[in-house]
Amino acid sequence: MPKVKVSFISSFRAALGGADALEVEAATLRELMRTLVAKYPRMQQHIDAGVALAIDGQIYRDNWDVEIAAGAEVYLMPRLQGG
Amino acid sequence: MGNDPSYTNQDFKVIGSRVKRPDGVDKVTGRAKYGADHNAPGQLVGLFLRSPHAHARIVKIATARAEKLSGVKAVITSADLPDLTNGDAAARDILENCMARGRALYDGHAVAAVAAVDEQTAKKALKLIEVSYEVLPHVTDVDEALKPDAPVIHEDMYTAGVDPRPSRPSNLYNVSEFGHGDVEAGFAGADVIVEKSYKTEQTHQGYIEPHACVASVSPDGTGELWVTTQGHFTYRSVCATLLGMDIAKLKVTSSEIGGGFGGKTHVWIEPVALALSRKANRPVKAVMSREEVFRASGPTSSTSIDIKIGARRDGTITAAFAALRYQGGAFRGAIPGMPWAMIGAMTSFACYDLPNVKSVGYDVVVNRPKAAAYRAPSAPMIAFAVESTMDMLAKELGIEPLDLRIRNAAREGTRACYGPVYGPIGIGATLEAVKNHPHMRARLKKNQGRGMACGFWFNFGGQTCTDLNIATDGSVTLTVGTVDVGGSRASLSLIAAEELGIPYEQVKAHIADTGSLGHNDTTEGSRGTFSSGMAAIFAARQAIGVLRERAAIMWDIPVDDVAWAAGHARARGRKHSKLKPLSLAAIAAASPTTGGPIAGHNESVPDNAGVSFASHICDVEVDPETGSTRILRYTVVQDAGKAIHPTYVEGQMQGGAAQGIGWALNEEYVYGEDGRLQNPGFLDYRIPVCSDLPFIDTQILEIPNPNHPYGVRGVGETSIVPPLAAIGNAISNAVGVRMNHVPMSPPRILKELERRDAL
Repeated sequence: MPKVKVSFISSFRAALGGADALEVEAATLRELMRTLVAKYPRMQQHIDAGVALAIDGQIYRDNWDVEIAAGAEVYLMPRLQGG
Repeated sequence: MGNDPSYTNQDFKVIGSRVKRPDGVDKVTGRAKYGADHNAPGQLVGLFLRSPHAHARIVKIATARAEKLSGVKAVITSADLPDLTNGDAAARDILENCMARGRALYDGHAVAAVAAVDEQTAKKALKLIEVSYEVLPHVTDVDEALKPDAPVIHEDMYTAGVDPRPSRPSNLYNVSEFGHGDVEAGFAGADVIVEKSYKTEQTHQGYIEPHACVASVSPDGTGELWVTTQGHFTYRSVCATLLGMDIAKLKVTSSEIGGGFGGKTHVWIEPVALALSRKANRPVKAVMSREEVFRASGPTSSTSIDIKIGARRDGTITAAFAALRYQGGAFRGAIPGMPWAMIGAMTSFACYDLPNVKSVGYDVVVNRPKAAAYRAPSAPMIAFAVESTMDMLAKELGIEPLDLRIRNAAREGTRACYGPVYGPIGIGATLEAVKNHPHMRARLKKNQGRGMACGFWFNFGGQTCTDLNIATDGSVTLTVGTVDVGGSRASLSLIAAEELGIPYEQVKAHIADTGSLGHNDTTEGSRGTFSSGMAAIFAARQAIGVLRERAAIMWDIPVDDVAWAAGHARARGRKHSKLKPLSLAAIAAASPTTGGPIAGHNESVPDNAGVSFASHICDVEVDPETGSTRILRYTVVQDAGKAIHPTYVEGQMQGGAAQGIGWALNEEYVYGEDGRLQNPGFLDYRIPVCSDLPFIDTQILEIPNPNHPYGVRGVGETSIVPPLAAIGNAISNAVGVRMNHVPMSPPRILKELERRDAL
């Protein structure tokens, strides 16, 4: 399984151990979320509140089956709403 | 999702044509049914009693006299709406916003509601409800709310997003921070630094149709709701949660919508109308007055913003900083985890490629109605501040403002201010288009000025479910669950026609009720045509698979020998050369004996609507005697992806610009010292009318979204982002005053002109 570098907004930092970025083994967004919650249970509250992920700049809110290519940049941020 | 990336060089047959809208005749002849047009047998009239105080403890509500009035069938207060939200803070906020629970938190907050046989009786009943209030200190201004001596609205509100957790409650409910690099080092390396503070006042979406619904709850626990909304599936889920109903037992039908722009993504009167119906055991119709719409639905935030940008002499920006203070009304934001200043902070410098950038969002509660989404929510205000400061920086540097923006524009590979690295984006293309536009070379006269500004919005996809059914005469029904707020039925019909290879007129798109399709997310985030369009493509492709199977049966050949092209099944191979192509209509006519109805279906989550950018040019003339500003000419350039129906894309771009012009020049919630809204009507809250606006020219840049089979991007929101700043910059160039307070109304401009002349 590829190792993915995950960056995130500062608001998630406390829940994710205080680091600016993490390396996580994950092939899909779903695996990424599972792994994060398993290692950092406090992240569940942010996921429940709503998160979005950007893979190489493309934003995903709900499609967690998206595959993460090796070397892709993953960025975790709050779920957003439009008008 | 395995999207087809070969969107380039597609030879579209009907996509991109300007066909007539399918809902047009009904709308111009008055046949279209909006929220208030529906009636149910035996329906009652529902009316609301609202707080006259900005902040008050509700000591007692006596409803007995109202309940005894002949013709009154139900009176409810929060006691009739028990808290069933099970710890869901966002749902509880919605519940409390729909009906005050112990405290009225803003002028217009509902405290009781009645259902009676007619409006006259309902009004009488409202007068018979006795409410005892203990008036509490209030605060309505975002900066005042942050002062140490401000009245604290929620004693249990401790600022989130800061470490350590504060020891005292306050009106600051969230702090969020975005950015990268070393901002202090970036400013230290700057030759020029410009700082400026700004304020923007609260505005309303100004949709013409007020909130309206007919609610009916049966004793068996089932219910129906006819309602004007941007998202009837979301309304169903929220109402069912608040009322303790099974989601599947509540059927919600969306009416035609007379404008929403984000304001109809949230529930207001609907749960209460259902509760009234449940108590009265009769259908209840509730329609907000315009005054209620202003006082008690969801306007956008008012804001206070500080900007600091530093650059080298050559125009390269070395650092940028923004502090954003947004009020969200008396509650914590529309949805959890998504406060308004946070979104503003994320969009702040999204147009630019910056090595050092930091944006901090401060979300604040005040005694105003709960803020709602408004077209690219939170982005226009911060764009006003950033883009105004960009022009000031250009002036300091002696560089053309457009050239400063081109030099620092984000591009593929740029790390966005909100975190990720951009893929292919179109900000550079919009700026180059502006540079080459004839508008930029038109001559101006005295007191006239030209300004330009950029804007960004994310765009979203979301849960989508679509059916496509082929009738035996070959006509096609496309059934979608995304409410048509801007012409999507025409666009979706074009998409289905394109895929099937049939004329547009052969397709009829419908918006299904919640009992007829799986969940569809609300039409927000510019997702309607993007998401349902994607689902329509895949539903059509599934139907084509069935059509090929049926043709194979009719020909008695293997299905693999059947191809689909230009609306016909065609037998492949020399051995089938005598088989003439079968039209869709011919296959459909035979369907009863080849397997029954022919249909396609798709349920999906088409994320990746593609971020989009716009650059606007505006010419104004300022009357130095009155301070009045007239828009002389306006041009919108937007990266829109493939334009399915160019007229509607242009309409979205024009509509966003028109709303932005109103926001920039006139629109403003005015609160008195007593915390009450002073101008809850269109006479005193002035939205632009036709005579205020020039023809708004548009230029669509079709930079395809690689994540959509046709290259579609969201287009509906971005064009409300730049107008505030474009107009502010134009005013500055016309009369030499820098406006930092929106709306830039005549009194404010006069004040600045007087200040200028006094120097």
